[in-house]
Formats: sequence, structure tokens, C-alpha cells
Amino acid sequence: MQPVEPPDAIASLDANLVVDNLSALYGKRLALEGVNLAFPSKAITALIGPSGCGKTTLLRCLNRIHETANLGTVSGRVLLDGQDIYAPEVNPVAVRRRVGMVFQRANPFPTMTIRENVVSGLRFAVGVRSPQHLNEAAERVLRLAFLWDEVKDKLNRPGVSISGGQQQRLCIARALASDPDVLLMDEATSALDPIATAQIEELMVSLAGRYTIVAVTHNMQQAARVSEYTALLLAAEDRVGRLVEFGDTQQMFTKPKDRRTEDYITGRFG
Amino acid sequence: MLAVYASSALFVLIVAGLFAELFSGSWLAMRTFGPSFLWTSHWNPVTNHFGALPLIYGTVVSSAIGILLAGVIGIFAAAYLADFANRFLAQPLTFMIEMLAAVPSVVFGLWGLFVLAPIMRNYVDPFLQAKFGFLPIFQGTIYGTSLLTAGVILAIMIVPTVTAISRDVIKAIPNDLREASASLGATRWETMWKVVLPAARAGIFGALILALGRALGETIAVTMVIGNRPAIAVSLFAPAYSLPSVIANEFTEATADVYLSALIELGLVLFVVSMIVNGLARFLTLTVLRPAGSR
Repeated sequence: MQPVEPPDAIASLDANLVVDNLSALYGKRLALEGVNLAFPSKAITALIGPSGCGKTTLLRCLNRIHETANLGTVSGRVLLDGQDIYAPEVNPVAVRRRVGMVFQRANPFPTMTIRENVVSGLRFAVGVRSPQHLNEAAERVLRLAFLWDEVKDKLNRPGVSISGGQQQRLCIARALASDPDVLLMDEATSALDPIATAQIEELMVSLAGRYTIVAVTHNMQQAARVSEYTALLLAAEDRVGRLVEFGDTQQMFTKPKDRRTEDYITGRFG
Repeated sequence: MLAVYASSALFVLIVAGLFAELFSGSWLAMRTFGPSFLWTSHWNPVTNHFGALPLIYGTVVSSAIGILLAGVIGIFAAAYLADFANRFLAQPLTFMIEMLAAVPSVVFGLWGLFVLAPIMRNYVDPFLQAKFGFLPIFQGTIYGTSLLTAGVILAIMIVPTVTAISRDVIKAIPNDLREASASLGATRWETMWKVVLPAARAGIFGALILALGRALGETIAVTMVIGNRPAIAVSLFAPAYSLPSVIANEFTEATADVYLSALIELGLVLFVVSMIVNGLARFLTLTVLRPAGSR
């Protein structure tokens, strides 16, 4: 299968995160092959596809967390503002400060308060110590995450004491605290009820003007609702994930170019 | 269902029976010496005068040294084995640590007497005296068989317990916490120190308590290296004595009734000391180690 090039209309878009011929392995097993993609700046791109298509693997390559588990390795390039994050001189820890991530299950640090959770990234990565600076940062990102009004009176309560939806918004605030350029979301609403999901989706749309957001979802309605761009990945019989089609979400869902996209979207498989 | 109740009741009966037996056996000593048994330092079988303070001191201090050393080393080793070492190193290391836990304590005692004690006498103690001699605990004559040597042998004996349990606890911490931490730009060391270990602290504390219980009751290895002198000295280089060691060493020669009764009262004291330590530990687990923010 030939790697799919983004259509010209997309390629000309301003993209601060570009994936160039990326393949990912777990040990010796190839999970993702030859992906070329440009994520448009300050917009939401949804990664969709059936289970095992490599969409989460692709996401995990974008902040170099893929290599921290299961003997993960990568070939190809990922350019963040033109700089290859896999270049030998680049420190993966520094990459992760610029590319925030939110996980499938809300995972606040259980031994930290709400406030400590929010500023933990600033303490680790940036080494901020001043309490005033930390408090200001906490309020700023909690407001960004639509959580401030709900938690402003209990910032010293444990991060795990609030509801699941609030915990997930807390994790989003935590990821935003060190002011990243990109926010990665790995099925961030899949463990939440419909109301909490709607709140997160609303939040994603409001953040899209500030951050480049890449969101893995297996919920196609969600992709249609919140994203401006969509990329579909599929695994062929060799169980290796490849990019099938990337484009404007509207166009993908109404006039897909690839027959497999049409089959997937209309629910004929996956 | 009856079997379940019966098995549970059996534990209650055993503890109650043990306590009652210790209590009645030490009744004579209690009547003779009163509560001052606990805070007098005279242990003299010749005159039948018995005070347990030096033995309580020896037990508590040697165990404290042991848990301090084993705690620090064990937690570091557990962190390394769980999250830093690669599989090819971690597996044989874990196996060896578990082997260490299976060595009989008398073997540790022999090794302690013939290998560790000379090393302490010739190298470790003089070094500590030269560097930290301004501290009273590192002053005085160096014997080799001492409170410090007993603490070190206890540390070696309990470090496998601390390491093995702490490693399991650390491994059981959900991986998504590590990933959350890494994704925020934390280094592996920051992740371990600020996220994983705090999340594992209750379990690690449990490992330390289990190890401390073993240290408090350890008899044979301690008696072979502690010097067996029932006296309280400020210096850790001085010989000392511990509750279980006295019981084991003097039980056969306790001819006088009050002597035997005093030894049984030592058993009761050891029982109570262990219970107090465990109770304190439980109390700490429920208060200090509660999740963040509930202070």
C-alpha cells in the first residue's frame, strides 16, 4: 500500500505538527507503518479507526511516550515547529513539556491535592517554585478547563475526591499548565457518562483556538461533532496500522474519497 | 460456615491463651519486682535481682538500626528492581534477594560472628569513630560484637522482606500514573520519587512493619553478635543484650523460681513491645499516610 499524501488543500494548511513516514514497533512487531500526516495548527484533528488500527500508537509517538513501554521503537520523523522530535540531540523529557497528553482513564496523582495535581507539571518540568506563580498558574488553567468554579473552594482536597468528569478536566488542566503547543487526547471521554462527555467536548472546542489538538476516538459521532479534520487508520490482515485517508471532517463524513473510509463510516466493518 | 468461624476463633484462643500463660508464668516476678522491673537496669541472676530495661533498650535500638538501614537500602533496591532495571538484570537479582530471605538465621549468626564482627571491629567502627567521633554514639572502646553489629546483621536479614514486598507494591502502582507523570515532562527519577513512591507509601510502610516485627523477635543471630552484656551504654560500639537473646540463653540455667518467672516476664514484655510497635504503625497508617489534602 502506498503511503497516503495529504490532499493539496490540506498540505497548504499551516501545520505545526508534521508526521513524516512514521513507523512504530513493539519489540519486533510492526504496529504502524509509513504514516504521513500534517496536523493543522490550533485545530482539532480526530484519529479514528477500529481497535488495533494503531491510532493510539500514533498518538503515543507524538510525545515520545511510545518508547517508554513495551519495547516501543520508532522510525521516521515527527516535526514540531520544524524540529524533528526524534533527532538524536533532542531530550524526550523536553518534548513532553511541549506536547501535553490526556489519557483514557482520568489519572490524577492520588497523593496530591487538586492544586498540587494541576501544578505538578510546572514543578517537574519547568522547576517553578514560587507559590504565587504556582497559584496563578493553577487558577489560569483551571479556568481554561472550565473547572475553576467547581473546585475553587476545595483546592486542597485530594485530586481523586472529585467526580470522574471533573477528574478528567483536572487532567486536562494539568496537561495545559506548562503551556504546551500540542494537546494529545487518547479517548479521553470513553470512560465518562454522556453529560461529562458533553462538557469535555465543549471544552475541547473552546481550547481548539489555542492549541493544536489531536484526539483519538472510537466514537464517530464525537469525531463529527468536535473535530475540523479527521484521519482514518486501518489495519490490514497483517495487523499493521496504516493511514487510509485524511481530510476535512465534513468532507470525510459526507464525500469520502476512499471506499474503505465509506465502508468504515457507514459501519460496514470495524 | 462453621469451619470458618472455628478457624477465626482459633486465632483468638491462641492469642488469649498465650497471653494468659505468659501472665500467669510471670506472676511471681511481677509480685517480687513490681512495675520497676521495666525501668531498673540490674540483671543479676546471682543475687536474683532482675530489671529488664537494658534488654528492652537493646531490642529496640538494634531493631531501630536494622529497620533504618534495611528501609533505606530496601526501598532504593525495590525502586530499581521495579522500574529501572531491565528484565535480564531484575530477574536474577530478585531471585537472589528471595534466596537471602530463605537463609536460616543461625547461618546469619555464624557469618555475623566470624565475618561481620571482625569487619566491624577492624574497618567500619574505626571509620565511623574517625569521621563522626564527635557524636557520643560513636565514642568508646570498639569490641566488634556490639549493638551496631546486631543492627547491621538484622538489616541484612530483613532487607529481603522490605525489598521483595516494596517491589511488588511499586509494581502494582497503575502504569497510567507513570505515563501521566512522564507526559508532563517528569524525568524517570521524578516520576519514581514524586508520583510512584508516594502512591506506594502505605504498602511500603506495611513492608517495613512486617520487617520490624521480624527484627524485634530475632533471637539466635542477634545473640551471636550483640555481645550479651545486660547494660545500657550510650555508645553503639558497646556490647548489649536483647529480650529474646536473654530468654534463649538463660532459660536452661534458670534454677530459681523467680529467675524463671523473670524470664517469662521478659517474654511478656517482648509480646507487649511488639504489640505497641504494631499498634503505632497501624495508627500512623491511618493518620499520617492518609491521601493528600485531608490534613
